[in-house]
Amino acid sequence: MSTTLLRTIQPNHFTLLGTALFRRNRTTTTSRHISVRCLGSQTASSQPRTAPKNHGSNKLDEILRDYEAVIGIETHVQLSTSTKAFCTCPNTYGSKPNTSICPVCMGLPGALPVLSSKVVDFGVRLGLALNCGLSLKSKFDRKQYFYPDLPKGYQISQFDVPIASGGYVDVDIPLEFGGGHRRFGITRVHMEEDAGKLLHSDTGDYSQVDLNRAGVPLLEIVSEPDMRSGIEAAEYGSEMQRIVRYLGVSNGNMQEGSLRCDVNISIRPIGQAQFGTKVEIKNLNAFSAMSRAIDYEITRQALLYNQGQADQIVTETRLWDEGAQKTVTMRKKEGLADYRYFPEPDLPEVILTQEYVDSIRASLPELPEAKRRRYEAMGLGIQDVLFLANDVSVAEYFDQVIGKGADVKSAANWLMSDIAAYLKNEELSISDVKLTPQELAELIAAIKDETISGKIGKQILFELLAKGGTVQGMIKEKDLVQITDPVEIEKMIMKVISESPKQLEQYRSGRTKLQGFFAGQVMKMSKGKANPALLNKILLEKLDAKE
Amino acid sequence: MLSTLQPPRSLTLLPFRRLHGSKTIASLASASSSPTLDAAASVSPPPQSQILATRRSLLSGETTASEIAKSHLSRIRLTEPHLKCFLHVSETVLKEAQEIDRRISKGEEVGPLAGVMIGVKDNICTEGMPSTAASRILEHYRPPFDATAVKRIKEMGGIVVGKTNMDEFGMGSTTEASAFQVTANPWDLTRVPGGSSGGSAAAVAARQCMVSLGSDTGGSVRQPASFCGVVGLKPTYGRVSRFGLMAYASSLDVIGCFGSTVADAGMLLHAVSGYDRFDSTSSKQDVPEFESQFLSMDSFESKPLKGVKVGLIRETLEEGVDSGVRSATQEAASHLEALGCVVTEVSLPSFSLGLPAYYVIASSESSSNLSRYDGVRYGNQVMADELNKLYECSRGQGFGGEVKMRILMGTYALSAGYYDAYYKRAQQVRTLIRKDFKAALDQNDILISPAAPSAAYKIGEKKDDPLAMYAGDIMTVNVNLAGLPAIVLPCGLVEGGPSGLPVGLQMVGAAFDEEKLLKVGHIFEQTLKGSGFVPPALPNVA
Repeated sequence: MSTTLLRTIQPNHFTLLGTALFRRNRTTTTSRHISVRCLGSQTASSQPRTAPKNHGSNKLDEILRDYEAVIGIETHVQLSTSTKAFCTCPNTYGSKPNTSICPVCMGLPGALPVLSSKVVDFGVRLGLALNCGLSLKSKFDRKQYFYPDLPKGYQISQFDVPIASGGYVDVDIPLEFGGGHRRFGITRVHMEEDAGKLLHSDTGDYSQVDLNRAGVPLLEIVSEPDMRSGIEAAEYGSEMQRIVRYLGVSNGNMQEGSLRCDVNISIRPIGQAQFGTKVEIKNLNAFSAMSRAIDYEITRQALLYNQGQADQIVTETRLWDEGAQKTVTMRKKEGLADYRYFPEPDLPEVILTQEYVDSIRASLPELPEAKRRRYEAMGLGIQDVLFLANDVSVAEYFDQVIGKGADVKSAANWLMSDIAAYLKNEELSISDVKLTPQELAELIAAIKDETISGKIGKQILFELLAKGGTVQGMIKEKDLVQITDPVEIEKMIMKVISESPKQLEQYRSGRTKLQGFFAGQVMKMSKGKANPALLNKILLEKLDAKE
Repeated sequence: MLSTLQPPRSLTLLPFRRLHGSKTIASLASASSSPTLDAAASVSPPPQSQILATRRSLLSGETTASEIAKSHLSRIRLTEPHLKCFLHVSETVLKEAQEIDRRISKGEEVGPLAGVMIGVKDNICTEGMPSTAASRILEHYRPPFDATAVKRIKEMGGIVVGKTNMDEFGMGSTTEASAFQVTANPWDLTRVPGGSSGGSAAAVAARQCMVSLGSDTGGSVRQPASFCGVVGLKPTYGRVSRFGLMAYASSLDVIGCFGSTVADAGMLLHAVSGYDRFDSTSSKQDVPEFESQFLSMDSFESKPLKGVKVGLIRETLEEGVDSGVRSATQEAASHLEALGCVVTEVSLPSFSLGLPAYYVIASSESSSNLSRYDGVRYGNQVMADELNKLYECSRGQGFGGEVKMRILMGTYALSAGYYDAYYKRAQQVRTLIRKDFKAALDQNDILISPAAPSAAYKIGEKKDDPLAMYAGDIMTVNVNLAGLPAIVLPCGLVEGGPSGLPVGLQMVGAAFDEEKLLKVGHIFEQTLKGSGFVPPALPNVA
């Protein structure tokens, strides 16, 4: 479709007069599954509920011990394809409203969807990465509901035959949260399209529709109800983020809404087989929020149980209110919504050949779990492992450094301490730094073979990070080679001793602490280049020597 | 795709001027004898392709595209008040014709449809020209793009004359369900032209345009072709891109062609056929050069269809079919036999199941396809102070009764708890029907049946009896469910109106074998005694 053609069409402003309907709802616009019928009854504040914090923590812990939470997560991942799923509009974030639209994603009469093969590609990649079985023959269905951000009145999705199903994901719980390894089941992965966005006027008088996001491809990942705590759920979520980033199928950015998690949670007394009433939590913009929201919800529900008010736990959708640090009712469900799914007649079935699947499997990168196990096998502690494997670009950098023969532990230490601190201060990512993996390996080697001292190493590190260059070049240019010649060191020691007769006298009369003073003076004289071990050894000899 | 203007290879053509000379077509029609059932008495020349005649006369300099355009425009001006075939007549017809003339005079190439006057059903998008599907909800809507079929026509030099009337969104069999006007049947102004492509069929019958595009979901090209005495061609599902066709029932919809001859319908089909990357249900099957099928009568052998196996569908001649239609169909079968065909009766056991299955599937898909008409982005929006009210009022006031009924039926059929009993079951029936057709077509080259159980009926006659109207689709819906190509061409007249009413014969072929249908259809048409189905002159049109 020619875009010039399209500038001539001006979508109507979707205008609603004299209503606060959308204004009240403004905080929820980032989550698009808000159903139309619920908007009217919705309130922004929760009804008064038991405040979990009022209870003494000991008593609360006691209550919580009797219950088990059952948590499942639906994750929507916006794919980083260059075009939308069913048309050739560019898939960009943050463009001016309605500048990335065409007859297809506007749902104009007569327009038809044509599936981008990249979406299938990404679906297969993620399916394989999540250890799922793939449907060699899947299809698209229409999920039907009315909402102004849904141009066709239906969402193209997959209903009964998703592209991938029956997988699992492995997660390491960080030590500070008790540590351990968990495996969570993946029910299914399916392809679908995103909806547009509503922009609400400040006065609440009208709303406008931005269709830039309409038709952007999504993969929805549904987990088994295998999580039991906020931490487990958050770790599941961040593993999803890591996996999509490792695979390059999405930027996984939660703030932009590229990765959205909806949590389903119920609790039950320990030992009870039957599930409790399920509550859905939305508006989770960070994994930490997810963890806190779940823990809040568990406490809320446990207290209601404990107080004999379990009947107040109802099937509903709740929002996480970051400001108040609690979940609040968004809408209560009146039974199951009927989306009247039926097979999408405009799209042929999605047929995958085994060769195609095999070729994608062969092209998969090393995934976070494999990376973690490999790092562990290399002798790194779990904290190092989790840190390094967390960010795909850090992991790749680390792999390149050790690929150059650098000592594994040293490489990990440099990355986790000084480099990490530098990145944090400068608000940079590893891909922004000028220090190449090759030079970090050189640096580590130079310290190890005592060409330079660790202290010098640290000094030039920051220069290399900011300006680049080579370790060898910098050593030469700044004359940084460590002094390891005992004769030279001895000369400096003798000079210092001869210039400090008072301190020497004090030392020899018992104030041995003054050794530090002498060492410092010698180091200063050597401009920090003297080998510290050698320096101390010779210094001691000289200080303790008989006159 | 674009071929240059060249003289027709195989047809001996009557001069174009015979139709478009100083006399109008209406007067010509009244002068010529109408075909009758005892056709032996009258001998009129076989109908000639208007597309080929146009090509020839433009090439020879005998006439100009501007003259052709003017004559059609003036004919439209004269006849429209009686017929109401068009919802919109293009303002650029003459300009486009002049451009063709300019190119011809400069010796530049023009496309194979240069100067051909084409009507386009109003549910097929035309850039910048109103395209409303005859619905209030799209009143004044002008699409920003051409449907692929329209784009191809334009690329080949065809001139879109205007947008033809129809039943709203293709839902109806009479064109009475248009939100804007009722089209009259040129054979009898008190009768319906059929539907839903009634405007396209009537416009060709009345020679307001040479050929036209329609759409056929359950018979919407074939039944009006039968009622108006023109040729209606429904191609195989996927043969023509649906991009730009406002969807009624996506798995059944096809764009079809009308012409006053088989050759014209076939050549128009050729122009619009073929794979389109904007429609993933369009087929990559090769489109053969149909034109070589349209031999002139002189080259016919004595038994030009020798050995062609024709199956007469037994179930289509049973009760509920008018006796006149039945005998016309049997006469047509005899005529095919005379041409050398071997005609036998075949049975399609699932035949009677098709109608209910069709209405379930078509309504279900339409309930979904019409969801986009919500008043939010385009079309008529009714202001409301609440979202559901906005939908309710925009759709309530925008859609007509028939459309609402089908949306309700379809929504019901797809609802949780009913899906299996209706939609799923209808799909099972569809599979059965496909199998039965396949078996019958394995035994036969083509299948024949009436196109409709009756000739055109009176305006208003079935308006309040939707079931009676739906029953009229019995001959055609199965073909859509099976996705097969079919052609309807006039085979006789029955009593009614000032000079009889045409009856159409339906020929059904195997998937993507339009070529055979066109060959058999053309020979049938050219050899039918007393052919030349031209409606009587309109009052006050001389």
